[in-house]
Amino acid sequence: MALFSKQNKEVFTNPLNVDHPILGQVLGICSALAVTSQLKPAIVMGLAVTVITAFSNVIISIIRNTIPNRIRIVVQLVVVAALVTIVSQILKAFAYDVSVQLSVYVGLIITNCILMGRLEAFAMQNKPWPSFLDGVGNGLGYAMILVIVGAFREFFGRGSLLGFQIIPDACYDLGYVNNGMMTMPAMALILVGCVIWVHRAYFYKEK
Amino acid sequence: MKLNTNSNSYIIVYSAILVVIVAFLLAFVYQALKPMQDANVALDIKKQILYSLNIRGLDGQEAEAKYTEVVKAEGEKDGRKYYMCNIGGENVLVVELKGMGLWGGISGYLAMHGQDNPTVYGAYFNHESETAGLGAEIKDSQEWQEKFIGKVIYDENHDVALSVVKKVDNPDCQVDCVTGATLTSNGVDAMLKTCLEDACPIAFELFEDLMTQPQAVADSTATEPKVMEE
Repeated sequence: MALFSKQNKEVFTNPLNVDHPILGQVLGICSALAVTSQLKPAIVMGLAVTVITAFSNVIISIIRNTIPNRIRIVVQLVVVAALVTIVSQILKAFAYDVSVQLSVYVGLIITNCILMGRLEAFAMQNKPWPSFLDGVGNGLGYAMILVIVGAFREFFGRGSLLGFQIIPDACYDLGYVNNGMMTMPAMALILVGCVIWVHRAYFYKEK
Repeated sequence: MKLNTNSNSYIIVYSAILVVIVAFLLAFVYQALKPMQDANVALDIKKQILYSLNIRGLDGQEAEAKYTEVVKAEGEKDGRKYYMCNIGGENVLVVELKGMGLWGGISGYLAMHGQDNPTVYGAYFNHESETAGLGAEIKDSQEWQEKFIGKVIYDENHDVALSVVKKVDNPDCQVDCVTGATLTSNGVDAMLKTCLEDACPIAFELFEDLMTQPQAVADSTATEPKVMEE
């Protein structure tokens, strides 16, 4: 099987559209709401989840034939937990301020339903390379929503993007006020709803 | 021969091996990254101290250099740290604050200056898990932290007068609390009360040699009654 055969391409692109983890399957919502109040943590969180889904998929796929069926969920959890801990340690060492902002949510990637869902549904039955593509695709699908919602919330809630002020001071002088609602998780839910709506209306293709 | 992956002995051996491998891996990663993490934590504390001295927006290297330039001595008593700083020839005392917020611990640094009647030079607060947009504003809102600047800390009985209240009656020593975050604000208030109570006598004890410059004498007399009580 070629590395980028049609089948493999579908494995990679499906989670970005039809089988999108958040838009299609509505998984992983909780962390998507929690870490999106600013763009930077949203990007880091998206990358962390992408790395973890990709590598846990690969590892589980490599050892899939040796895993005893009765403890397969436990084995999957151990692998995911180990990867998450490593990522969290790396963030603490190289991106300390972001890891402080993300606080508990890095650790909570362990419980992210996207991960368990992909391991159970895909990596347990497929070879490492397609599993890797599937993991990257799902991670990026998740990251995409985080970035969209994070950008909206930071722009309207704080008037900045990635910490740089975008809305000029002149606007504030004229009476523009940042929308404090945007910094609250409830607004993230509404935004995710809007994104799902736009996606279903314009981009969704039936299989 | 095909292994029976469902036999009990296979499951036990498999999980044991898996756990040992993972444990070694995690221990290795932790050991390898520990020095860098410790450096980050130490730098973060230095930055927070500089924030309380109204020096914001410095990167790692600059912050490090500024810190060594400004902070002259540090001491510790009862688990809280005290820093003696010198800014433009003036002595500024930074007191570490620790307290309880709504969901978890809150902390901070409060800088004070003035010998007879200390006032707030600057303040910085941090939290572990306060609600974003509400309690978390104690950390995120520089505006709120700047409200503390210039407030009188002690009343005539040397009790802590500085407080965070819903209705400001005395703007000299009271700060308006964060809207929607009453419990976190109460936590900040309680934290100020406990941590600042003995700050002056302790600081005098710790930094005696630094404070025996002429202008510091007045401060020593002001805080002496407190020392006698103890």
